[in-house]
Amino acid sequence: MSNHYETVFILTPVLSADQAKETVANYKKMLQDAGAKIHNEEHWGMKKLAYPIQKKSTGFYQLFQYEVEGEFIAKMELAFKRDEKIMRFLTVKLDKHAVEYAKVRIEKVKSFAKAEK
Amino acid sequence: MAENSSEIRYLNPPSIDVKKEKYCRFKKNRIKYIDYKNPDFLLQFVNEQGKLLPRRITGTSLKYQRKVAQAVKRARHLGLMPYVADLLK
Repeated sequence: MSNHYETVFILTPVLSADQAKETVANYKKMLQDAGAKIHNEEHWGMKKLAYPIQKKSTGFYQLFQYEVEGEFIAKMELAFKRDEKIMRFLTVKLDKHAVEYAKVRIEKVKSFAKAEK
Repeated sequence: MAENSSEIRYLNPPSIDVKKEKYCRFKKNRIKYIDYKNPDFLLQFVNEQGKLLPRRITGTSLKYQRKVAQAVKRARHLGLMPYVADLLK
């Protein structure tokens, strides 16, 4: 039974831009290999942290919102723990209100993107 | 001269005893999900030191106070909000 999940993780700022992109890409590939349907993917870029994490005060934020089988989450979190490029991660299961909120958010982001074009 | 002598001057302004009716803003404007990803919305439920405001101040119902608390704690975990701060606002 596949559930909706949302994962946010922070990459160390020490990485160069393409290294950051590459780590995000291989996590995305990992998700797709597990048969996950990725609904939304946002890269918030370099943001200032409210308190230093691992002696660093900024980090690359990345958001994935997807639908996957439940067992996959443990594997992914294990990979997050092992990867030292990732400072912090948070996976949240979305209930029905959260899924509606996420849909509204996707439309909003799309309308902003269209407005910019 | 006569009219202002009859005017009773209160020590404290009468507005003190007019109790403002507190309401749960989530029930009122039907917010169902509190997102932990936008900290500026959550800042309204946190005092200057970054601590969660109690229900008697914000007036939120128990159900949504728990959701707010959970969202704030998640935001703190992700570094979007500080655990301890001064002059946060």
